[in-house]
Amino acid sequence: MTEATHEEYAIHDEHFAHGHHDEHDHHGPAKGFMRWVFTTNHKDIGTLYLVTALIMFLVGGAMALVIRAELFEPGMQYVDPAFFNQMTTLHALIMVFGAVMPAFVGFANWMIPMMIGAPDMALPRMNNWSFWILPFAFTLLASTLFMEGGAPAAGWTLYPPLVLQGGAHLPFAIFSVHLLGMSSIMGAINIIVTVFNMRAPGMTLMKLPLFVWTWVITAFLLIAVMPVFAGAVTMLLTDKFFGTSFFNAAGGGDPVLYQHLFWFFGHPEVYIMILPSFGVISTIIPTFARKPLFGYSSMVYATASIGFLSFIVWAHHQYTVGMPLAGELYFTYATMLIAVPTGVKVFNWVATMWKGAMTFETPMLFAIAFVVLFTMGGFTGLMMSISPADLQYHDTYFIVAHFHYVLVPGAVFALFAGTYYWLPKWTGHMYDEKLGKLHFWLSTVSVNVLFFPQHFLGLAGMPRRIPDYAVQFAEFNAMSSVGAFIFGFSQLIFVWVVIKAIRGGEKATDEVWEGASEHGLEWTLPSPPPYHTWTTAPDIK
Amino acid sequence: MATSAASYYIPHKATWPIVGSIGLTSLLAGFANYLNGLSIGPTMMILGAGILVTMLVGWFGTVIHESVAGIYSDQVDHSFRWGMIWFITSEVFFFSAFFGALYYARIYALPWLGGEGELGVTNEILWKGFDAVWPSNGPGKVGGEFEPMEAWGIPALNTLILLTSGGTVTWAHWGLLAGNRGQLVKGLIATVALGFLFVILQAFEYHEAYTEMGLTLGSGIYGSTFFMLTGFHGLHVTIGAIILTVVLFRSIRGHFSAEHHFAFEAAAWYWHFVDVVWLGLFVFVYWL
Repeated sequence: MTEATHEEYAIHDEHFAHGHHDEHDHHGPAKGFMRWVFTTNHKDIGTLYLVTALIMFLVGGAMALVIRAELFEPGMQYVDPAFFNQMTTLHALIMVFGAVMPAFVGFANWMIPMMIGAPDMALPRMNNWSFWILPFAFTLLASTLFMEGGAPAAGWTLYPPLVLQGGAHLPFAIFSVHLLGMSSIMGAINIIVTVFNMRAPGMTLMKLPLFVWTWVITAFLLIAVMPVFAGAVTMLLTDKFFGTSFFNAAGGGDPVLYQHLFWFFGHPEVYIMILPSFGVISTIIPTFARKPLFGYSSMVYATASIGFLSFIVWAHHQYTVGMPLAGELYFTYATMLIAVPTGVKVFNWVATMWKGAMTFETPMLFAIAFVVLFTMGGFTGLMMSISPADLQYHDTYFIVAHFHYVLVPGAVFALFAGTYYWLPKWTGHMYDEKLGKLHFWLSTVSVNVLFFPQHFLGLAGMPRRIPDYAVQFAEFNAMSSVGAFIFGFSQLIFVWVVIKAIRGGEKATDEVWEGASEHGLEWTLPSPPPYHTWTTAPDIK
Repeated sequence: MATSAASYYIPHKATWPIVGSIGLTSLLAGFANYLNGLSIGPTMMILGAGILVTMLVGWFGTVIHESVAGIYSDQVDHSFRWGMIWFITSEVFFFSAFFGALYYARIYALPWLGGEGELGVTNEILWKGFDAVWPSNGPGKVGGEFEPMEAWGIPALNTLILLTSGGTVTWAHWGLLAGNRGQLVKGLIATVALGFLFVILQAFEYHEAYTEMGLTLGSGIYGSTFFMLTGFHGLHVTIGAIILTVVLFRSIRGHFSAEHHFAFEAAAWYWHFVDVVWLGLFVFVYWL
């Protein structure tokens, strides 16, 4: 594996001038808590991201349970409407920016250097900063809960004029968004530079694992849209405090302008959460089907097409706002086009499993559930792409059901799948397969109990973002809430499985999964991998 | 003097990022408190800004020190280059949000308010009698009477200044490539001087707008787009000029060679980016 001809990477100390440059000091991690604060190691930073994401997932989940508890039956039970609105807003912001995005950045940090044969991320100090902005950003956001007027309550989209009518939270929420944007942009730059500049010799672009490809495209989306979101919320800030009229019709502006800017960010944002999921699923299915991925290059092109299309369909979130007919038509057709590359992906996953020697360990179970349930979310998306039909679905529980299907049994299941898949590599211990399967079955059944009835509620006309509802919606809401509590508490099993694997358990082999070393460089490394890997670039076949 | 090292440098410890986070958070939380009318705000802001500047000096200082010690290989240099290119790309998208707002207001929002097109019914119902002509502060005449900024005065002069500075920085680059440090330093001095001259003229223009033309940030959509676009641009010119000043001092100290001068090029790229944004501003904000 190591040949003298390969370029050698040296890991240096902060005090580089200590004179033994050519000596490879393979440091282990530093001791104590400060290791985590000052680390430049991609595995440490990956762990930080993943732990943060898990904590935020539980916080955001608790907020969801507040929402579902209130909606268990008609009438006002536990919270007042203002607090209910704060919960829906914070739940979304925290799940999107605190749980799903950081978790995928955590995967990227851990896996991309090991997958492409790089000694670390290209810009290790900036990598540290990308992470260490996050806890501060979430502190700013969470602090709004304790302010006069409470947390932001206008929905995660922060639409004016409603969002401008809230209390003291506004500048804190906006600056939190700025910080999250900075963190995402730096993380994205790091990933792109790593993939384009740090691949081992012979690791050509079309040999990159699909997880790496999907992340590169995601990173481009992040660089393009996070600044636009930053600009949009800056306009909110100046409209509120500095007398500008961007979103004020009396001054010649337009509140709908905010919606265009927001969804120019927001639509690619949903792909930012789902493309890395595609990458994870495309990595797992071949391993457990014991076949190479079907249609590798079409997967790459499909991902790129989805990335491109994501920029030109944003206004399908605004069909009811009053757009010219030409706009409605254009956005309808453009949105439907996305089904084509997405279909390519789904068929490729199925074709990969076709006649495979399949086994059904927990990662594979989650991956299969992803393919089925994500596709269902995709289909409801197709329904809503049709502008005249969407006029009925808009702002009802149908849309809530749709995006939760693509985000929970979609993105979150991909995160579970990826965690079970790589946990033995990260920790060196096999996770508890029995508990993993229990977690899978409880989650998969309850997530459908939770979200499937919401389709019916939406079609029957129940609006989203309300704490009380007409009695005819009672049964499906009760069902949904029961599902929510089972789903929520099932996640404690997941937390326990992860903790258990970190603390010990059956030793994992280097390959972990039978034949996995055929599927990626990371499986040729020891489990757990040493603190620094690929200090000498590997041979790529 | 920097030469290519053989290996990819991976620093072991990064102490500055956490300092940056603390500074940034203090600055922003202070600003938010200030906006909410809390007296603690300005103190937190000054403290945060101080921490942030300390971080920038410390972090860049470390990097310059390492660069001069010659431990950055060509591959590290490439990482820096790609990093800078994608950072500038993200800045382009930041500006495009504000250009997009200007475009949307002029092409869609205002004509609709004035009764044109499919959504012109707004005019019938809400704003009867409003004649949508750019520049406008909207049917509510928000901010009162104002005069728009004329393109062929200070702005045209500023265009000339920035275009010239793009030339002088390229001339400095040629000097660097030819190993002529005198030309490099002279070119940079000219560029920095032109950069700050631009900022001074811009400040003069703002002063005139506020005191004599009735044009403020609050002058409806015209004032909003005018000051936010030119303001963020002016901020970027200032940052660019500060970066070029650092590069100037490093050039005087002989930090750069014809082969190894990433910092110079990064600053020059940034400067050209600022220049191009200005051309967009001149055409769409001042002229048309």
